[in-house]
Amino acid sequence: MNPSVIAGLTGATLVGLGLYGFILHPHPLRKLLAFNLIGSGVFLVFGIVARRGAAAGFRFDPVPQAMVITGIVVAFAASAVAVALILRLSAANSDLSLDPDARAEPSDGEGP
Amino acid sequence: MELGTSTPGGYLLVLAILLPLAGIMLSFTLGGRNAERVALGSTPFGIVLACAIAFEVGQAGKPIVYTIGGLPPPLGIALRADGISAVMLVAAAVILAAAAFYARSKFATPDGVRESRSALTFWIMLQAIWAALIIIFVGGDLFNLYVALELLTFAAVPLVCIDGRPETLVAALRYLLFALFGSICYLLGVALFYGAHGTIDISLLAQRVQPTPVVWMAAALMTAGLLAKTALFPVHLWLPPAHANAPAAASAVLSGLVVKGSFFLTLRLWFFVLPALHTETAAVILGGLGSAAVIVGSVMALGQARLKLLVAYSTVAQIGYLFLVFPLASGGAQTWSAAGWSAGLMQVLAHAFAKAGMFLSAGVLAEALGHDRIGNLRGAARVLPLTFLTIALGGLSLMGLPPSGGFNAKWLMLQAAVASGQWFWTLPILVGGLLAAGYVYRILAPALSDGQVSLKVTPMRSQEVIALALTMAAIVLGFAPQAFLDFLEIGRPVTASSP
Repeated sequence: MNPSVIAGLTGATLVGLGLYGFILHPHPLRKLLAFNLIGSGVFLVFGIVARRGAAAGFRFDPVPQAMVITGIVVAFAASAVAVALILRLSAANSDLSLDPDARAEPSDGEGP
Repeated sequence: MELGTSTPGGYLLVLAILLPLAGIMLSFTLGGRNAERVALGSTPFGIVLACAIAFEVGQAGKPIVYTIGGLPPPLGIALRADGISAVMLVAAAVILAAAAFYARSKFATPDGVRESRSALTFWIMLQAIWAALIIIFVGGDLFNLYVALELLTFAAVPLVCIDGRPETLVAALRYLLFALFGSICYLLGVALFYGAHGTIDISLLAQRVQPTPVVWMAAALMTAGLLAKTALFPVHLWLPPAHANAPAAASAVLSGLVVKGSFFLTLRLWFFVLPALHTETAAVILGGLGSAAVIVGSVMALGQARLKLLVAYSTVAQIGYLFLVFPLASGGAQTWSAAGWSAGLMQVLAHAFAKAGMFLSAGVLAEALGHDRIGNLRGAARVLPLTFLTIALGGLSLMGLPPSGGFNAKWLMLQAAVASGQWFWTLPILVGGLLAAGYVYRILAPALSDGQVSLKVTPMRSQEVIALALTMAAIVLGFAPQAFLDFLEIGRPVTASSP
């Protein structure tokens, strides 16, 4: 079992754990943390791809690494947007659950 | 197709992307009331640029390409515009311009009025949606497209909760979580594609893909992610509250264009990256989900008490029709496959225009009457004749009655289904049309009957005319000549994979 395989399996485990949390936890903050866990797993997979795809003479393929950096920035921005929304929601409403039946009656959409 | 070289006219693609991005920068720096002027001022240029791109593509008869920095793929990034990208660019520019001019009454900041944060957000996010859509339509690199998809989400979510009411915040948060799930699945698929074939350029991948487990896994992950963003049944739950709670101008853009962005990428994936594979099973699964969406979305629309929610559920149903393109156009070089392809794109365009017009009309109606409960609409057509004309014309296209783009789309779909021997796809198309007639009747019947309705606010004639113009575009699509359908074929990879 070489290091690449171990890192790849770790990535897969992180994605699996994250998916479990993302689907089952009702609290949005927990869902956001689970999303970040999935993200870490995916970035690890990119790392393995960079290691395996290296051309002769290179230790790493730089292209997936460039993609990971962009991906991390995007995931960070996504987390920031989600946290901002959760903060606004908790300020407006003490109940943070995303259960659709709890608020069955949306208003006109043309309100104040 | 020669790779890695820019074709004449390729610079237009760069200009088209730069225009809204420059607008965003200017809006940020100038701020306040200038953001509105920048957004409104740039839309006509956007329409001109989109038409110029369409003209170049039509003249060349093949896709126009621009390689960024002169660096060819696989290391560089190519922008490509083929027939479908050019048509979508024009549609996006027209609908965004209409939504922007419609939104002036709500988000304008006249002299003497304090500048508001929601107005600034609206104008910037509208331009950001536009920029992200252009990148999606012309992007040739799967990772670049991932970034564009994320930009689209980040621009669309704030529009949902722009007035800050708690229920809109909940709708926006659910939308964001579904979208994040979708994009991370897509990203994992991109990683697997790169690992398997060492490139994520669409045309290079198309030459290299093999039916290996890695490729199927990557395709499955990317498709699942894109479906969550397109709100195909059964991952449609976020769409109705998000689209119904947004301001009318934003709803029109979200329903008409934003969900089409991720659908466009699903088309790119299956018809442009994987044309060499035998994708019949996957096509049947996508078509089956689409059929279920048509039925479920229409039945849910029939039960809604509010107009905006009804129109939003109708979007869920109409998205279902889009996915019938996968079984109906998968035949490669067969003649019926061309009909299926045209039908899918015709449905994208007809729904975009009809639904944008209907959401804008629903906005006019809610503003004028102070509510949008369907039960209290008795006699409303007497006081808002133009708005109900728009709803009726939009409904005509949604039902698929001639003459309309919706009729054209469904007629071509029926032809492709019969010619390819896949007659069972005719059932959801016909049943969906009947159910659509049902929910449009639910709006029009009370409105046209006797009753007393008092107007709270006189509707703005300009807003009514903008909505009517959009639905008229959906009707005019019903008269599209064969040349238009041929234009949609430009750049479509046709392989001899038999069904």
